[in-house]
Amino acid sequence: MDPTAKYISQKISRTRWRPVPAGLLQQPEVFAAGSWDNESNRVSIWSLGDDDSDTDGEFDEEPRLLCDSEHDGDVTDLQFLDGDRLVSASSSGAVAILKLQPDCQALSLAHVWERAHRYSCDNAPCTAVVCRSPELVSVGEDGRVILYKADQTEVVRVIENADSSTIHAVTFLRTTEVLTVNSIGQLKMWDFRQQSDSPAQILSLTGDRVPLHCVDKHPNQQHIVATGGQDGMLCIWDVRQGNTPFSLIEAHSAEMWEVHFHPSNPNHLFTCSEDGSLLHWETTSGSDMSTLLQRGWNSRVVSHSGVPLAGEDDSVVSSWLAGDSSKNRLEATHMLPSQTLSVNSLDVLEQCLVCGTDGEAVYVHRQLPV
Amino acid sequence: MEEVDVEPSPMVIADLNSFIYRHLGFEWGPGDLLVYETNYKLQGPRTAGSPLVHVVRKDEDICSPILLLVPDSNYRSVIRACMEELQHNVSILLAIELIWNLCEVLFIDAAPAGSLLLHLLDWVRLHKSDVDARAREVLQSESPAQHQSYWDVVRRTLILQGRMDEARQVLSKQASLRAESSSVFKRMDVLLQTMPIFNPTGTQTLTEFDVKWRHWHEECDRCLQDNTFASNRHLETIVKILVGDEDTILEQKELLSTWYHFLVTRLLFTHPTIKPPDLHYYAQSSMNMFLGPRAPPEPLDIILLSAFEFDLHQVIKDCSIALNNWWFVAHLTDLLDHCKLLQSHNLHFGSNLREFLVLEYASGLFTHHSLWQLAVDYFDHCPEFGRVYLELQIERIPLDTERKAIKVLRICEDRQMSEQVRSICKIMAKRALRNNRLGSALSWSIRAKDAAFATLISERFLQDYCNKGSFTDLDLLDNLGPAMLLSDRLTFLGKYREFHRLYGENRFSEAAKLLLSLMTAKIAPRGLWMTLLTDALPLLEQKEVIFSVDQTYELMSCLEELNSGTKDSNTTDQEEDIESTKTELLRLALARNLAMAIVKEGTIET
Repeated sequence: MDPTAKYISQKISRTRWRPVPAGLLQQPEVFAAGSWDNESNRVSIWSLGDDDSDTDGEFDEEPRLLCDSEHDGDVTDLQFLDGDRLVSASSSGAVAILKLQPDCQALSLAHVWERAHRYSCDNAPCTAVVCRSPELVSVGEDGRVILYKADQTEVVRVIENADSSTIHAVTFLRTTEVLTVNSIGQLKMWDFRQQSDSPAQILSLTGDRVPLHCVDKHPNQQHIVATGGQDGMLCIWDVRQGNTPFSLIEAHSAEMWEVHFHPSNPNHLFTCSEDGSLLHWETTSGSDMSTLLQRGWNSRVVSHSGVPLAGEDDSVVSSWLAGDSSKNRLEATHMLPSQTLSVNSLDVLEQCLVCGTDGEAVYVHRQLPV
Repeated sequence: MEEVDVEPSPMVIADLNSFIYRHLGFEWGPGDLLVYETNYKLQGPRTAGSPLVHVVRKDEDICSPILLLVPDSNYRSVIRACMEELQHNVSILLAIELIWNLCEVLFIDAAPAGSLLLHLLDWVRLHKSDVDARAREVLQSESPAQHQSYWDVVRRTLILQGRMDEARQVLSKQASLRAESSSVFKRMDVLLQTMPIFNPTGTQTLTEFDVKWRHWHEECDRCLQDNTFASNRHLETIVKILVGDEDTILEQKELLSTWYHFLVTRLLFTHPTIKPPDLHYYAQSSMNMFLGPRAPPEPLDIILLSAFEFDLHQVIKDCSIALNNWWFVAHLTDLLDHCKLLQSHNLHFGSNLREFLVLEYASGLFTHHSLWQLAVDYFDHCPEFGRVYLELQIERIPLDTERKAIKVLRICEDRQMSEQVRSICKIMAKRALRNNRLGSALSWSIRAKDAAFATLISERFLQDYCNKGSFTDLDLLDNLGPAMLLSDRLTFLGKYREFHRLYGENRFSEAAKLLLSLMTAKIAPRGLWMTLLTDALPLLEQKEVIFSVDQTYELMSCLEELNSGTKDSNTTDQEEDIESTKTELLRLALARNLAMAIVKEGTIET
């Protein structure tokens, strides 16, 4: 089933599902989208309308705008802190908490940390932000890692000069540990319990120092982490052991912007890229992702759209650790019907996927095969 | 590029795959940053619907694609979504759509005689959609026949659409009312019902249709002569129209409202088998009759007239002048070029007309803050000069964030524009350096494979080391990896740092070997040899002999080589003193080490 597209007249840098209250077996209906590269950027909240899914599952509902708010600078990252609050990172170096009114009638600014990221005489864009309520961590082009608490006006801690290059993404490993990736291809683990400003651990690929753009942790196993970089390679790491990733998969032909494990079914992984494709990776064997990691896999990129993409062939993508290829397979499917401009962001929750592109369109898929 | 399909080539908007056969266009407004996008149906069923216009405003972003927003010349947006509100600037959009559709009919579909008129009827119907609303209003009212617009609707429906069936339906309301004149109405009904309409897919030839039509026409004429409808002046008017009486049709000026409507109606009732070459004669005369002798034709009229005359170049020329934007002209030309209708006459400066227009349009797009990505695609479709234009323009995009720079670089790399890659990376690296982000600067140099800049960065590191006595950004230096090989200086830096690390780990013999190799392999810059030799001092002073005899000799020769160089006359006496003291110390240490080494190597282990 093809995703529905909605054209929203601004280039989208981030899309995020609003979290569904735990316990309720609901599909997400509301998502936030942030724009970039406009003279006046916005964070907007969209709804998919009533979920009257029937047996035929015909959704032709286009997302409709509920409310939006002006945003100073490009929206470089967006995360929901909880059901009502949204954190946004800006290219002006600011990190802001936006509050969503009940019934999604309005979006207002609750608090902003101006110039959280900065150079000595200039603004530095904040590149990513991650939340684990009530704590937030942001990283930026100035190489700082900053820890905040949602209700405190002052920042809790700043790790100055955490990195001499730009930090592109960050994720929580444990409550007090975060993992960052930078533009010289390193993963750094930071432990906030430690006083020193140096990383607890540094991992990197041998070989070329390719910038890494995104990182995501396995929802159940904290030591498994996936990263994506400038060359479109998807790497799966085990941070407990070794300095090198377990698996390298040639996923995309250009920068990979986001990688996400499915939060409830981690045998599924999603990646999106500058080359305009969004891939859904799933293991087809009985074993789960973690066993696969230990044994390695052969992977094949399969296009299910029926429309051959330019330059694509069905050849077997290289595997990293040769495993028992008959049992362990990783398959990838293209989720978008055809080539678009860069897909900048994606988010998955339950059976729904939302993504945003530079072609000013948002795609929503409500029946993921997960 | 040599596709046969009719869609214009710059179809970047593959995003809108859910809308088949539509395309997105951008209008580049006068001056600067005014843009809008439209969805036009190029092919497919011509349902009467307002075009969806989607405007991206400089000041406000509109999210719903159904809102019709029109910029006026002061860039204030008008927020009303109704086509009927013919405010001054909406007419421009309407005009554009009108012209576009006409070009489709005349040039692209190239309908032959017979179906030409049908297409023209469709075209006119598309732009006169208020008739449906009116008709519905009348039919749904309590007593339709008494409705004041009743006859208007009948005549409009009749005249406008050639929609005989609907006209009959409306007329039947009247007929049921007045029993005494029902026979007259029945007569009219028969006339309307029997009007022949050409069926292009049917088996009937044009000649057969013509015969039939003439027959019917005579029948209408006979009714007129017999005064069959004399009792009812409305019906009388209608039958006069059916006969094709130009004066009567002209009397309906208000209902027709435009001369081209008049033209089509006139043709419908006088020459339904009109052939394309004859069209312009009727067009000209219709315009004259409708507008009157003294009314000056408007730009839109001139354009439409050129279209009816099948003068493509004139159409393009007039559009370029009248519509102060490049979008329409660029796309139209491209479309026509695709259909091989446009004889490419080369302009004086070398590119053909289509390419010129597309280039102009795309260049305009490029200065827009967010549409530059689309402009790239347009340039890609200009075979002659597209690449050159792109090369010039792409470096001028303001790069506020690294992410944007990465996207621009990807565009350049995909097209093998290595010059631009290098220049953009250099800009980013320089900026990083200014902000003291040495790691970022290095990362940009690596991407550009810019050895010179890598050398510059290494120099900066070494400078910092000399000033502070320790290295900054160890996380970078310790993990350079193969990037080290990018430049000699960088390699030296990496290795030097490694030396320090080995020393710190007390792995003295390895450190010593490394240090020596740095000098002998000439990786180390001359200026730093003194520093390196000074670094060797603690190793020489160790209790244990670290440097072997051969290594010591090499160190000595390095020292002598250093001293044999011409003395810099600018050094002060004090500096010279320091230098000579250092040299003395080194010589002494080296000599002592040599002695110990000789002894050690000469001793036989027992």
